[in-house]
Amino acid sequence: MSVNYGSKRVVTGAHYGLRDWLAQRVTGALMALFTVVVLVQVLFTSGPIGYEQWAGIFAAQWMKVLTFSVIIALLYHVWVGMRDIWMDYVKPVGVRLVLHVFTLVWLVGCAGWAFQVLWRL
Amino acid sequence: MTELTKKRPEFRNINAFKDLTTYRLPPAGWVSILHRASGALMFLLMPFIIWMFDTSLSSELSYGSFTAAFSAGIGFVPGWFVKLVVLALMWAYLHHFIAGVRHLYMDMTHSVTKEFGKSSAVVTLVLSIGLTVVLGAKLFGLY
Repeated sequence: MSVNYGSKRVVTGAHYGLRDWLAQRVTGALMALFTVVVLVQVLFTSGPIGYEQWAGIFAAQWMKVLTFSVIIALLYHVWVGMRDIWMDYVKPVGVRLVLHVFTLVWLVGCAGWAFQVLWRL
Repeated sequence: MTELTKKRPEFRNINAFKDLTTYRLPPAGWVSILHRASGALMFLLMPFIIWMFDTSLSSELSYGSFTAAFSAGIGFVPGWFVKLVVLALMWAYLHHFIAGVRHLYMDMTHSVTKEFGKSSAVVTLVLSIGLTVVLGAKLFGLY
């Protein structure tokens, strides 16, 4: 059993298994639903798809709300997944910390960019 | 000396080039490691994905540069390379999606037998690679 208190506390690892396991499934299901919703709208568009049709799909308010939630879900999903990868392969705490910070900055930056795209549509 | 006291082999610091190539994975193992690899690939290419999201949606003009990236290329990157990267992303998404649905299905129905693990893994691999080939042919203008 690893020590999770006092000065000998293990400072690596997630320590919140069930919550993240469940979050990984819920966010995954939401993204799968989003994929189907986009796919259905693309397939049921009559005629060739140009800019108008493509942007029209994301311009509807309900679609913006859904896409917004999906970006948040993606953010959390990828954070859990990438943290799992770093925890499996990278053992030195310092290197792992740097990679965790990089992952967070990368993800938050990407999410911000995606929100910006959504907002001005 | 009995069998128990004999020193068991210890594996430390696995050599990615020498040892990993000798691994013989069952289908479920392939689905598992490719699930991880496809996820990591999409994480690394995320700025490119959002760039596509941005240029395809922002305006008629940017939509033009989005489609031009596939034919004429973008900057010093030729169009065929853009298509190749998108093909890799398509595979990554399809594999991650199908393997993810497999995960959810197994969790919900408690389908954790060895047989189901194998058959569903084979279905995952066939579907993801098959769909990548079909959609990839469309991407490269074969039909």
